[in-house]
Amino acid sequence: MSGRTLPGGLIAVLGFGLAFLYLPIVVLVAYSFNASSLVTVWGGFSTVWYGRLLHNPQVLHAASLSLQVGVTAASCAVVLGTLAAVALVRIRRFPGRLLLTGMVHAPLVVPEIITGITLLLLFVSMAQMFGWPRHRDAITIILAHITFCMAYVVVTVQPRIAGADMDLEEAAMDLGATRLRAFVDITLPLIAPALISGWLLCFTLSLDDLVISSFVAGPGSSTLPMVIYSKVKLGVSPDMNALASLVILLVAAGVAVAGWQMRRAETRRKKEGSVLF
Amino acid sequence: MRQGSARWLLILPPLVFLTVFFLIPFAFAFKISLADSIIAIPPFTSLFSTGPDGHLAITATLENYRYLVTDDVYILSYVFSLRTAFFATLICLLIGYPMAYAIARARRFTQNVLLLLIILPFWTSFLLRVYALEGIISEHGLLNKLLLGLGVIHTPLAIMNTSLAVYIGIVYSYLPFMILPLYATLEKLDMTLLEAAADLGTRPWRAFVDITLPLSLPGIIAGCMLVFIPAIGEFVIPALLGGPDSLMIGRVLWDEFFDNHNWPVASAVATIFLVLLAGPIALYQHYQMKDQAQ
Repeated sequence: MSGRTLPGGLIAVLGFGLAFLYLPIVVLVAYSFNASSLVTVWGGFSTVWYGRLLHNPQVLHAASLSLQVGVTAASCAVVLGTLAAVALVRIRRFPGRLLLTGMVHAPLVVPEIITGITLLLLFVSMAQMFGWPRHRDAITIILAHITFCMAYVVVTVQPRIAGADMDLEEAAMDLGATRLRAFVDITLPLIAPALISGWLLCFTLSLDDLVISSFVAGPGSSTLPMVIYSKVKLGVSPDMNALASLVILLVAAGVAVAGWQMRRAETRRKKEGSVLF
Repeated sequence: MRQGSARWLLILPPLVFLTVFFLIPFAFAFKISLADSIIAIPPFTSLFSTGPDGHLAITATLENYRYLVTDDVYILSYVFSLRTAFFATLICLLIGYPMAYAIARARRFTQNVLLLLIILPFWTSFLLRVYALEGIISEHGLLNKLLLGLGVIHTPLAIMNTSLAVYIGIVYSYLPFMILPLYATLEKLDMTLLEAAADLGTRPWRAFVDITLPLSLPGIIAGCMLVFIPAIGEFVIPALLGGPDSLMIGRVLWDEFFDNHNWPVASAVATIFLVLLAGPIALYQHYQMKDQAQ
């Protein structure tokens, strides 16, 4: 059936749907180059709003906090998520297996507002009981982000580990490698693409999170989405258009490059594999 | 023995982390939903106290849950959230199904390009995409400019700050979540079944209803749940696009917390909300498990 012509109606819906998905972003990026400070009138091409952003200390501070949180949370989530995925794939039976399975998947479906509230209540209660965390700051945001990001890592990495060839690892162990050594040298490179895409997914999710961060952040620690939200709540503003365009273009470029790299690595491996075996 | 302890090095870190930061927080939310609201930091009473004679006393109250039933706003917002999420999911399905079908039937190369186009919005900031929508549907937005310019309407349409804007926002934000699982099942569909039906003289429409639709049911359920469940708890969309009447439960929770500082009532709302969600979540998990088992 592949390649057969489709009914015109289907193509029309597809075109309409794609236009619906992309038009708002295109308009937003276009208006970020608007010289006029009135968001409704086109006043000629200008990059003035991008220049303004670089002199806005609130935005710069929030952006740096968001990047720190994103990198730390994504890295921790990849480590913890990979451990969970390996445990779930490689160890058939252990006490708490069902609990772990449920807990790694549940954050995907629990609404973020619930996650945010319950985590805030946890931090407040812990502060009451143990005196920690004394303040809610970057640390509490990072812990919260690791919690909801881990699920995405497990979902991305688990199928890769399940698909990785155990025979190679066993062969390495027969030749005297320890189990850890065999895993690090053989399976880890095989699942590396999944680890990278899991990390990128966590990083973008962390960079984007408004709701959970708003609950677990303290007074002095506003992340970028929190600053953006407080501004756009009042309506469309040209400097936020510029900021939004920057974020969107950076993420799109990152995803495109990562996707291309991974695809190249995959084809290269397939080629080498077919030569070897 | 070495093997055994190595196992636990693998299992314990994620298990302990998620127990502390995912499971236990629910217990605290439930506990605080049984407490009284007071003006203090933190703004709730302690359930456990030691009396003057050294006995442990437990002071719990169901008052917060009673309050949810007596004040209309909570029931109304639950109903409104469920209704909005339901119809938004239906619209997503009606737009997403033909899109997924068209993608699944396209040529290999076109298919990959189209899939990338569907996945890309998934990676771009949710908050910023909702904000971007404002540029289209606001009073001076592109849609009104276009329609006014064409002479279709003479006064700008008031879409922003209405429930319609919330619907548009949810469909816009969650459409990729509907398309991807639908595509996954439609792509695997055995085309020889449809050819056999056509050979036997079945009309295309009939074949679609009798073959394609039932076989794509797992994708339909997965897609609907991926839209429905997060849409009920949506906060950003009703807060940015909706009007004062777009009372979704996420927004009520937010206000209860940040404006009214009534944490015990907010905890009770959250607890009930989670109980209500258990059904759809269980349904989704059930079909996921079945899908994985195959």
